[in-house]
Amino acid sequence: MTSGTDSKKKTEGENPDHATEKIDRVVIRFAGDSGDGMQLTGDRFTSVSALLGNDLATFPDFPAEIRAPAGTLAGVSAFQVHISDHDILTPGDAPNVLVAMNPAALKANIGILGKGATVIVNVDAFDERNLSKAGYETNPITDGSLGAYRVYEVPMTSVTQEVCKQAGVKPRDAERSKNFFALGLVSWLYTRPTSPTIEWIEKRFAENPKVAEANTRAYRAGYDFGETAELFESNYEVRPASFEKGEYVQVTGNTALAWGLIAASRLSGLPLFLGSYPITPASDILHELSRRKEFGVKTFQAEDEIAGVGAALGASFGGSLGVTTTSGPGLDLKSETIGLAVGLELPLVVVDVQRGGPSTGLPTKTEQADLLHAIYGRHGESPVPVVASMTPSHCFEAAIEAVRIAVKYRTPVILLSDGYLANGAEPWRLPDLESFAPIDPDFAVGGRAGSNGAQEEFSPYTRNEDTLARPWAPPGVPGLEHRIGGLEKEDGSGNVSYDPINHERMVRLRAEKVARIADDIPRVEVDDEGGDADVVVVGWGSTYGAIAAGIRRVRARGGKAAQIHLVHLNPLPRGLGEALAEYKKILVPEANLGQLSKILRAEYLVDARALTKVQGVPFRAAEIEEAILSMTEGS
Amino acid sequence: MVETAAPNSAIPSTSRKDWSSDQEVRWCPGCGDYSILAAVQMLMPELGVRRENTVFISGIGCAARFPYYMNTYGMHSIHGRAPAIATGLSVTRPDLDVWVVTGDGDALSIGGNHLIHALRRNVKLTILMFNNQIYGLTKGQYSPTSEVAKVTKSTPFGSLDTPFNPVSLALGAEASFVARTHDMDRAHMQEVFRRAHEHDGAAFVEVYQNCNVFNDGAFEKITSRDARSSMLIPLTHGEPIRFGADLERGVVQRSDGRLETVDVSDVGVEALLVHDESRPDPGLAFALSRLSRGPYEPTPIGVFRAVDRLEYGSEMSRQVSEAQERKGVGDLNELLRSGSSWTVG
Ligand code: SF4
Repeated sequence: MTSGTDSKKKTEGENPDHATEKIDRVVIRFAGDSGDGMQLTGDRFTSVSALLGNDLATFPDFPAEIRAPAGTLAGVSAFQVHISDHDILTPGDAPNVLVAMNPAALKANIGILGKGATVIVNVDAFDERNLSKAGYETNPITDGSLGAYRVYEVPMTSVTQEVCKQAGVKPRDAERSKNFFALGLVSWLYTRPTSPTIEWIEKRFAENPKVAEANTRAYRAGYDFGETAELFESNYEVRPASFEKGEYVQVTGNTALAWGLIAASRLSGLPLFLGSYPITPASDILHELSRRKEFGVKTFQAEDEIAGVGAALGASFGGSLGVTTTSGPGLDLKSETIGLAVGLELPLVVVDVQRGGPSTGLPTKTEQADLLHAIYGRHGESPVPVVASMTPSHCFEAAIEAVRIAVKYRTPVILLSDGYLANGAEPWRLPDLESFAPIDPDFAVGGRAGSNGAQEEFSPYTRNEDTLARPWAPPGVPGLEHRIGGLEKEDGSGNVSYDPINHERMVRLRAEKVARIADDIPRVEVDDEGGDADVVVVGWGSTYGAIAAGIRRVRARGGKAAQIHLVHLNPLPRGLGEALAEYKKILVPEANLGQLSKILRAEYLVDARALTKVQGVPFRAAEIEEAILSMTEGS
Repeated sequence: MVETAAPNSAIPSTSRKDWSSDQEVRWCPGCGDYSILAAVQMLMPELGVRRENTVFISGIGCAARFPYYMNTYGMHSIHGRAPAIATGLSVTRPDLDVWVVTGDGDALSIGGNHLIHALRRNVKLTILMFNNQIYGLTKGQYSPTSEVAKVTKSTPFGSLDTPFNPVSLALGAEASFVARTHDMDRAHMQEVFRRAHEHDGAAFVEVYQNCNVFNDGAFEKITSRDARSSMLIPLTHGEPIRFGADLERGVVQRSDGRLETVDVSDVGVEALLVHDESRPDPGLAFALSRLSRGPYEPTPIGVFRAVDRLEYGSEMSRQVSEAQERKGVGDLNELLRSGSSWTVG
């Protein structure tokens, strides 16, 4: 990542009144009340930018309350998007542009803006009432407190109402279209084409032509305002990034994850069954899968989290691909059933889209604090493989990997995503579906007869010598009738057994089965340009982008740092211990209080240092850069 | 997909032995569970079903050992969750007969939520709830069906909670099939179980079951051989509701809707309430469930309610097949491009 809007080149734009400047990237943050439609606005801007060929990353940042009191700080909803003409990894550290629809949006976001940032305010909303609701004693626009920024005062509400009045829309209804005015204005400012958005509005609001008309008018008015108001000296162009050849879509983590599950269902030939209970920020996976019945997907909105995972496990017992999706509080509730699945040794995929905890915590904010819970959070010795996705689009692959392990090893697998990945979007080069290996369910086959012609007793807990996986024998096959349960089972026969020696054998077998998965996943990969860095940065999950961007910055300054990013958290990849031993210093950035670093210390006796942040927002590249630099300076 | 036996091959004839597993049955000697197990094992050959297509799922408790003794597919799961697990199995494998065996603690305490939702959804499940009004497996604490003031290990001064009436609860949960039977009458159990199994939807059967160790004789006043005729009110669809050794007693509905037991000679046969298990409105079935306050008053047994309602799993399958007819079987490449895609290079 390069540092901001520093590579400007003045060129003549198409509009004779305004020069169009070329810039290499920009970070824009749309902020308003949760009722102002900021997520939609940001999303539209992103989609058009994707079509233009920019690289991009988004960070929707919205409150937990559906409707916090209008105009208050608690109700501020923001959408940050980073667009660029080169490959980027994060939604950007410090926004270059803030669109603030009211005083609260300004107040909540001014602190994170970059130096000299552009602030576009909806000046109509800066009345006494709104100022006091946001906790401003004086009007920041006029009291000089915004001196460090380029402030543009735009009467968004009144102009929107004016243009809508001509179409016979009442001022109150017209007011709701002001986000489209903001979108139009920013679209002009960054030379986005108008037609895709106008077409989109027509389609989206087809059933409500009045609203479509109001939104279109507001959007055009915003665009025209930029062009004619002579407020802005120039507008900007961010050229397409040079992407690898291929076909691209813009995708969020939750969508990619849902699609990954469908793909895994295809790869395995197992019908997909999702048992789930609505919970932020995981519900969109349920929504997406429930729309995809043509893929044979069955979705079940259960009465609670426990029933969601229970039904998924029941479906797995019957030979389906049983999946449940949730977030932290739901993972707590599912723990007992996951333990049952460990004992039953049946495939099951549990998706945990992490959010701030404990308890209800910060439902709409991201965190990575469920790692230890995922690996260890059950009673008894209850080993569960854990896979984590690193970027929104990687959720697709990670879902397939989780299914592969679950099916091959007859085990529950926890797939960790988080709020940032779930809602964040990025361009995704569509993979060649043929490149994914099929997943063989390898069901037990019936009809085996003993030498005397009698049915041989089916032993559901005999094991594959290599994988230690047991046979999967869904009902319906004569001769394979068997009973399984949560009580300890006798090795081989699976009959209930209270024998102490057998119990120890079974505990060790289950642990060994999961440990052996390490032979079936890629060895650790280290990104160390010159091979001579002193510091290695080890991460997992959604910190990938910030870590990689931070390391780029260090390298751009001539510094050195290596990167290891883990997708498999249990078991850890082979070679990790040796790789860590090569480095003098180990830095582990995590959105928790140091969970992976604790595991690395315990597993490998290394001095892994955690860099922790639990603010509900992702790491900034600069924070990683700083931490690496202060570590290297110390050496 | 699981490859199962050809559905139209002849169903082999079986005997009780074929349905019994090789596991030693380990309930306390004299436990009512034995007679329920025998009733089920002896009924199975008559149902015209395949062993391999039959699954018993249970939770935790004495009753929950049941699947181990059936030579079918089975799962002994975790406390209270059997209806949820069975729901996932039933809706994904409509070809199977899924039975849930549970107890009063399992189904009405820890698993109450799953039970009521399975019933309201009308998932094709045959749910047998053994009600012994006590916690047996944990050695004698009061249960959600124990009478008030019950002295147990956990309630030395008497229990305070009002018990559930399981039949009322099931009716309130929109169950489409609700019945009651008891462990002392194999023929009655088998008839009720047969009906429950035939029902296309969630069938709930309360089975009064004696726990001779921790709550011996809980149902003796109504189920013992001597008491039965005067204390059990058999419900027969289309028939006036009568009981007693000479059918001298009957049930009438008062003008305020209340049900009462009366001497038939006082009111005449025509005045008796005629049982109609298929009434769409569950009100009368509910009133029947309230006729007795506990197993010490004349208590109705048999099928309280059996109505047709769309079965959940079939409806789920219908939505899938309709989507496939409408859109064709899903194409993954198209799905990935369902937003707008763009090409580079
Ligand atoms: S404790 Fe009671 S219910 Fe349990 S097996 Fe013994 S007698 Fe039967």
